[in-house]
Amino acid sequence: MSDWPGTSPASPGTGRLTVSLHQAGPIPLAADFTCERGELLALVGPSGSGKTTLLRAIAGLYRPAEGSIDCAGETWLDTAPGIVRRPQQRRVGVVFQDYALFPHLSARDNVKVALGHLEPGQRNACAEEWLGRMRLEGLAGRYPSQLSGGQRQRVALARALARDPRALLLDEPFSAVDQVTRRRLQRELALLREQIHIPILLVTHDLDEAVALADRICVLHGGRTLQTDVPERLFRQPASAEVARLLDRHNIFEGRIVEVEGQRRLEWGPWILQVAHGLEALAPEQRVAWYLPDSDVVLHRRDRPSRGERENPVTGRIGELVVLGGMTSLTLVFDHGPETLRFDISTHAARRNGLARGEWVQVSLLAGGIHLLPRTPQD
Amino acid sequence: MDWTALSVSLRLAAMTCLLLIPIGLWLGRTLARARFRGKALCEALVALPLVMPPTVLGFYLMMSFGRDAPFGAFWHRLTGEGLNFTFTGILLASLVASLPFAVQPIQRAFEAIPANLSEAAWCSGLSSWQTFLRIELPLVWPGVISALALTFAHTLGEFGVILMVGGAIDGETRTLSIAIYDRVQAFDETGAGIMSAMLLLVSFLTIGVVYGLTGRRRWRHV
Repeated sequence: MSDWPGTSPASPGTGRLTVSLHQAGPIPLAADFTCERGELLALVGPSGSGKTTLLRAIAGLYRPAEGSIDCAGETWLDTAPGIVRRPQQRRVGVVFQDYALFPHLSARDNVKVALGHLEPGQRNACAEEWLGRMRLEGLAGRYPSQLSGGQRQRVALARALARDPRALLLDEPFSAVDQVTRRRLQRELALLREQIHIPILLVTHDLDEAVALADRICVLHGGRTLQTDVPERLFRQPASAEVARLLDRHNIFEGRIVEVEGQRRLEWGPWILQVAHGLEALAPEQRVAWYLPDSDVVLHRRDRPSRGERENPVTGRIGELVVLGGMTSLTLVFDHGPETLRFDISTHAARRNGLARGEWVQVSLLAGGIHLLPRTPQD
Repeated sequence: MDWTALSVSLRLAAMTCLLLIPIGLWLGRTLARARFRGKALCEALVALPLVMPPTVLGFYLMMSFGRDAPFGAFWHRLTGEGLNFTFTGILLASLVASLPFAVQPIQRAFEAIPANLSEAAWCSGLSSWQTFLRIELPLVWPGVISALALTFAHTLGEFGVILMVGGAIDGETRTLSIAIYDRVQAFDETGAGIMSAMLLLVSFLTIGVVYGLTGRRRWRHV
């Protein structure tokens, strides 16, 4: 009987998946990342950003021009000496976007296909056990067409894990099911992670899903890995304006470094802003792109002063006010330029403050949240 | 009833099927999967026997089977025998004439399989051969059965090509279709009628048995 994959004791560092792939075309790739044993790394990016190509390259279904892939001490690909392992030799579990279950085989037989490494006599029992672990008891004899979307996904996961893989690759596994099933399956994946100790790569274009499930997120665009980091740091300190935009962050501005009373400050429109980190490295008069997470925008209450009022106060007019259930999204416009500041507050706070389009409001831009970007937004 | 002609017909149809199904599987799979220059030309060549008048196809085959032609000469060097007016000759002619009936249903069946099923099989550890036998072949099986039925029925009924290449040598190249034609020429309508009925019965039984073989596929019926 097979154990859970990767449950065998191993010293830290073994079991890591290291990927470095480069090619100019036809699909450009410049990807470098690692995924530790037991870690879930989400590959996010817009359509055509090369997420699926990367996954296929790791599985051995796509051969990039240059690069290397190592997993659990095995070299799966190294183009320099010409090592290319076939998918059959890579011990990799793949859950395809549409699950790719074999329609003519029952759920049990779908799993059995991946049990070629066991003695024929053991395969039935092992397949049944895998289906049991995926809570598919009693459905072993059903064909994929007789299963629901969620059940199919679990069969696909059972098949991927049955091979005792060294890495698990999930290609948008939740895109083919409805919202309710998706939430349930995401929860099950989070629980499953506690039991499998191999690198898990999750390809998704859903940022919320990536944040909810992943230990780290790798942002991809045009086949390039732009930044790999924990979600918190990625959203607070994107490596570039491009990353911020890909993460659907809005508050990217351009300012100028100035010196006021011997202190470096950030000039933005008519305001001189304090910045907690990063100003020292920049020369006065230098133009710089900066980003502020919307969580670091504090609305001043109109009836009484609020904490932090003196910290970088700026005044703007409400250009857009969109109520989305319990939250309201505000967009402030400024007289000094076309840049807008977007942030969310609770709908009841918006009502209490009597906010409406065209009203002037004052907000504080928290100095600790201002993140200086290495490039200008035009890059 | 010309039992010898019936036996020639059945032997010809069976051997054509036996040889053409592996060719159809290989060619159908290649045309469905591979992308290469000149693929459209290949597909047109495979389909050509469908649109060519049988006598024209038979004429060209007869010419190329002659010992003066490169193929006929090559065959003669290889086997020491000629091809025109022999069973081997009409078998080769049948293979060419029935090629589209074997290839096209199989090609359509391969095209209907999502490409990532084979990839899923490889990632599950199956070799290319195992993937073909355990995943692809069961999925294209209805296409193979259609190819089998069409090839068998078409070969049984083939007339023009066989006559041009094989003539009507008793026990060698005279198929039931040709025997029927001979009887009609000899004003033996009763004989022609019996043989026509026999050909109809054999064709119907073949198609019936073959379609019965595909059976009800549980996984297709939800």
